[in-house]
Amino acid sequence: MAVTIAKERWTSKIAEVTIGTEPNAIKVGGDGTLPFLHFEGEMPNPPKIALEILDMEPPEWPAPLVEAYAGVMGDPVAWAKKCAEFGPDAIAISLVSAHPDNKNASPEEVAATVKAVADAVPLPLIILGCGNEDKDVEIFPAVAEAVSGRNFLLGPATAQNYKTIVAACMVHGHNVIAQSPLDINLAKQLNILITEMAMAPSRIMMDVATASLGYGLEYCYSIMERARIGALAGDKMLAMPIILLVGQEAWKTKEAKTGSNAEWGDQYRRALLWEVVTAVALAQAGGALFVLRHPESLKHLRAHLEAMMRPNTY
Amino acid sequence: MILIGERINGMFKDVRNAILNRDPEPIKDLAIRQTKAGARYLDINTGPTVAPEEQPAVMEWLVKVAQEVSPLPCCLDSTNPDAIEAGLKVHRGKAMINSTTADQWKMDIYFPMAAKYGAAIIGLAMNEKGVPKDANDRIALAMELVANADAHGIPMEDLYIDPLILPVNVAQDHCPEVLEAIRQVKILASPPPRTVLGLSNVSQRCPERSLLNRTYLVMAMTAGLDAAIVDVEDEALVDAAATANILLNREIYCDAWLKTFRQR
Repeated sequence: MAVTIAKERWTSKIAEVTIGTEPNAIKVGGDGTLPFLHFEGEMPNPPKIALEILDMEPPEWPAPLVEAYAGVMGDPVAWAKKCAEFGPDAIAISLVSAHPDNKNASPEEVAATVKAVADAVPLPLIILGCGNEDKDVEIFPAVAEAVSGRNFLLGPATAQNYKTIVAACMVHGHNVIAQSPLDINLAKQLNILITEMAMAPSRIMMDVATASLGYGLEYCYSIMERARIGALAGDKMLAMPIILLVGQEAWKTKEAKTGSNAEWGDQYRRALLWEVVTAVALAQAGGALFVLRHPESLKHLRAHLEAMMRPNTY
Repeated sequence: MILIGERINGMFKDVRNAILNRDPEPIKDLAIRQTKAGARYLDINTGPTVAPEEQPAVMEWLVKVAQEVSPLPCCLDSTNPDAIEAGLKVHRGKAMINSTTADQWKMDIYFPMAAKYGAAIIGLAMNEKGVPKDANDRIALAMELVANADAHGIPMEDLYIDPLILPVNVAQDHCPEVLEAIRQVKILASPPPRTVLGLSNVSQRCPERSLLNRTYLVMAMTAGLDAAIVDVEDEALVDAAATANILLNREIYCDAWLKTFRQR
């Protein structure tokens, strides 16, 4: 007896966001179905992967990362060029040097770094703040201006500091990351607030707060799933594609940081798996852009996504 | 929750005058106002004063004028099939036919028409014998509508069953029967057909019309109502619909829910 494949008929789509400029621009989102259900709807843009660098030598990164980037971590331009060799779709640069607890670098200093990196590698940039909401408000206008018109992705903008950051993105032609703390209602509200500033929905990505495997991944997954279903059913204020800062979270875990030992085995393999498995799980929830840290993780995730993008028509 | 704006109807004096004088401005104004107020469809009815032979031309004119200023689809409201088809021919987007009854000869006209134009259609749970007195009789007629729509390949999400609400001051016992009918329509098929009410009828010739309308709307939504033909400029009513939508978990909560409901 023939089996009838149940197909959901969705009325709406995820918004499509373009980051960067031709010929290296990337497109994310645009999906008309739940992730990878190619028999049911379109998934025009495979999920994209970025590698993340910092604008200063990271003080306490785990050994597998330090080994991968030995010799370039003190120089953001050299580091970005090194990352570009591994074939990511974009480079993410975290401006942690601006944090008052770090170097408290000035807006001009971080803007100059971003400009130098943007001029040195041809890839689109994802420019991430320092982790201090107040300081981010100070640095983003200068950063946005330094790379004006390059159509990069800047953020995070939160409910507390979105106004200045969104305005800077609008004036200088960039896209923005709207960040909310694992709370779908706040995520939706922030998207509404940002679009009320006349920012187009097609210029917003959501960061619903990434949680790593073993550290609340399932909360992140549920929120993404719920947002996706709402968006496909017509909720335009939850239809922004989702960025996942997987590297930052995965490499914070004790599973990634603990050295090789008899009980837990080889650190390199374990840490890589932590980053890749976190990303793979969240790809199933509809992640559109993954920011990773290890070049080998990039390779594994890429292979996985390519397999998932093979058509499965019935 | 799909709200269908009821105001472009020749029963209203301003619309009747606009039709008689072929003055597009009042129609445009109503289309814009209802769009802003949160309507998802604009009901278009030529009204009883237009002669049957003129109804197709008037319907065509009203649809064109309304869609000139509003992105919304129209709910083509007439008892004259020629008028409905005239509206469908010039309509942009997915129209809704309002309506067929469960009389076989009418279903044989309107369901093929809906299929031909890819339109949604309202099926009234009544026939030449009139409006049924209870939920069971309504469901029997709804079943005929479902079977006939299905035979013409009309998907259930395009069929809106209207169990017909009567004014509370003349047929109070119908109010709970209609709610029960809405509940039962939802188990007639899988996926189920949609449900709609001409809501304002519940409060005809009553005081406190807005209160009656919005209270009954929320009660009907709880029973499974998907759409209603309403006065979308009744702010309290739209607020109640938006809030029920949230409380029924049909839409994801955010602080600006009253606004997002209208922007859909």
